[in-house]
Amino acid sequence: MPLDRSPAEPIELLLPTLKCGGCIAGVERALCAVEGVRAARVNLSNKRVRVDPEAGGADIDQLIAALARAGHEARPLAAGLPRQVGRDPEGRDLLLRLGVAGFAAMNVMLLSISVWSGAEAATRDLLHWVSALIALPAMAFSGLPFFRSAASALAARRLNMDVPISLAILLSGISSLIETVGQGAHAYFDAGIMLIFFLLIGRYLDHRTRAVAGSAAAELSQLAARSAVEIRPDGTRHSVATETLRQGMRLAVAPGERVPADGLVLAGRSDLDRSLVTGESLPEPIAPGAAIHAGMMNLTGPLEMRVTAVGDGTLLADIARLVEAAERGRGRLDRLADIAARVYAPGVHVIAIAAFAGWLWASGDAGTALGIATAVLIITCPCALGLAVPTVHTMASARLFRSGIFLKDGAELERLAQIDTVAFDKTGTLTDGAPLLRSAPERDAPAWPLAAALARASTHPLAQAIAKAAEERGVAPAPVEDVSEHPGCGVLGRFDGAEIRLGRPDWVTDGEESGDGVFLSISGAAPARFTFSDTLRPDVPETVTALAAMDLKLCLLSGDAAASVADAAGRAGIAHWQARLHPGDKLALLDQMRDQGQKVLMVGDGLNDGPALAAAHASMSPAAAVDVAKAAAGLVFTGKQLGAVGLALRVARAARRRTLECFAIAAVYNAIAIPLAVSGQVTPLIAAAAMSGSSILVVLNALRLRNVA
Amino acid sequence: MTVIGFLIPVSLFLGGLGLAAFIWSLRADQYIDLEGDQHRALFGEHDDHPAGEGASKQD
Repeated sequence: MPLDRSPAEPIELLLPTLKCGGCIAGVERALCAVEGVRAARVNLSNKRVRVDPEAGGADIDQLIAALARAGHEARPLAAGLPRQVGRDPEGRDLLLRLGVAGFAAMNVMLLSISVWSGAEAATRDLLHWVSALIALPAMAFSGLPFFRSAASALAARRLNMDVPISLAILLSGISSLIETVGQGAHAYFDAGIMLIFFLLIGRYLDHRTRAVAGSAAAELSQLAARSAVEIRPDGTRHSVATETLRQGMRLAVAPGERVPADGLVLAGRSDLDRSLVTGESLPEPIAPGAAIHAGMMNLTGPLEMRVTAVGDGTLLADIARLVEAAERGRGRLDRLADIAARVYAPGVHVIAIAAFAGWLWASGDAGTALGIATAVLIITCPCALGLAVPTVHTMASARLFRSGIFLKDGAELERLAQIDTVAFDKTGTLTDGAPLLRSAPERDAPAWPLAAALARASTHPLAQAIAKAAEERGVAPAPVEDVSEHPGCGVLGRFDGAEIRLGRPDWVTDGEESGDGVFLSISGAAPARFTFSDTLRPDVPETVTALAAMDLKLCLLSGDAAASVADAAGRAGIAHWQARLHPGDKLALLDQMRDQGQKVLMVGDGLNDGPALAAAHASMSPAAAVDVAKAAAGLVFTGKQLGAVGLALRVARAARRRTLECFAIAAVYNAIAIPLAVSGQVTPLIAAAAMSGSSILVVLNALRLRNVA
Repeated sequence: MTVIGFLIPVSLFLGGLGLAAFIWSLRADQYIDLEGDQHRALFGEHDDHPAGEGASKQD
């Protein structure tokens, strides 16, 4: 710790776009250049920077602005996130035990080599005694995590992997001590302590995978700080936190903001983007009296609303209840390691006891029998399971992390490998939310310059799509005058004395026509029509083809209208689709698929997908999704590419294959080693060599996961 | 073989030195950003605060 400790509290910032080592220096230099900053230190592993300001020095907004100028995106750490997760006391504890075990293993091994190379009589006893002095305290200290876990499993009347591990450690200590006291030749101190060393490596890797992925996922789900604008009875406006909202409050919602609570519109007209809540891709016009829900985006006009529900009464709470119920109904996963342990643990115990009893009966010497039983337990000790599974999970999640995919835990990876069906949500998942012009008048039609001029005046997504299309077609906007936007309806202007309107069909034609799309009319003449479809994420067709090639069934489950779902499904190449689904409908469909034995991967981003994500066998959601969806999903992916889904599935399948290969290696090894051990052929030398050999082999096999493309 | 009586304490002492160094580095937070540190090794500027204490301002 430094002596000149900074008087001000350190500030932590998230750097979500920090990728390379070169950015570290850039960020630190930019921050150090800010007045009042004493020091800045980037942590690339968890993408944070810690800034030590001088007393009364730089504040958080200055720092974010300085980073923005240097081209780095920074966000404040949301309240409630644990600070400095990098310090990670549990990981440090495991590392310390690992270090002690490593120290003891090396030294005991050195002593053991002297014994194996022929030390005899008093020399051997001396070496054994020194080994005992090092190994026994180290076993007690470093083996503690295994003893604890085994004790809690036994207290619950279960057998887990740590029971045979603890037994092997204890027995190797006890029987070696007996052997040493009795001046015998077969002490297993080296094997016992090395076992702990290898298994602790696995334990530490497992811990790190979960800690890194967990903190990344937690940060993604808490990025937005939320507040609302309250209108007091005296007409003044105040910013309040959303947690303090009460039923009956009047709130103002400016264009471009999300609706902070469920309520009724009191005044104002606008268009609402409901895609995150209901999955509908096209904005809906709303007027006073309409019911609106938290999370919908106000697009064009300012609104005043009255809060009608908070807490339990909101749509969000309804969805949260569905999510909870769906999680309870989700099938239990038989993890590979658990399945293996269930066969393995009792088997090992039976063989060890049989060897003990057999040798006791045959030789009548309890010491020999105990030595043989110890050899059996050590040589069969589940290094492949204890080390292979964490190594595979670490490699897989590091591979996914490199491509911007965050895995919440290893179990999700195993679930993902079993998938046979992929269900996509449409809006925000297959599509990226921005509408695309599908049909429009001819390029040279007189409607185009007028439409371009009016569309530029509005922030409505459909208007922006028209403006963008006009630019692409090289249309110069006409000099339209008196342009005014009518929220919820469209844009009005004047050209050559004639009134022109661009907007909702029923508004443009004064109720004569209705339907989808946007109309443009000149003084009430026959209107020109623009229609829209969703923009797919850039690599959707390739991803769909790749997934189909992996023998996966694909389907599209959307809350949107049938026409746009059919259109998106057609362009993506997905044959099965269902439209107009409520959150409960999606959940019911997934339950139905599960009952038919299908293992479904749900990919979705909206509030309406939450229950389905929780109920699915495995689930993914994009980083732009609502909190509920990201909390329910097992994987979160960043970036615009849907190819993340294919990559995650390939990595998961490769990980499963690697794990099974490791088990196969372990099985072959045991098939050779167990008969040798039971027949008393295994010396401490063979035990040590065999154990390290098999551990190294499974780790090398797991490392091959790095190269999954 | 009396040399063993001398060599074993020496080897234990040296091993213990390594363990002590490891425990010190662990307590000094040198393992909290392995990914960043692998890049920092290549920087031109000298980094004399390898723990979590920050690249101090060059005055």
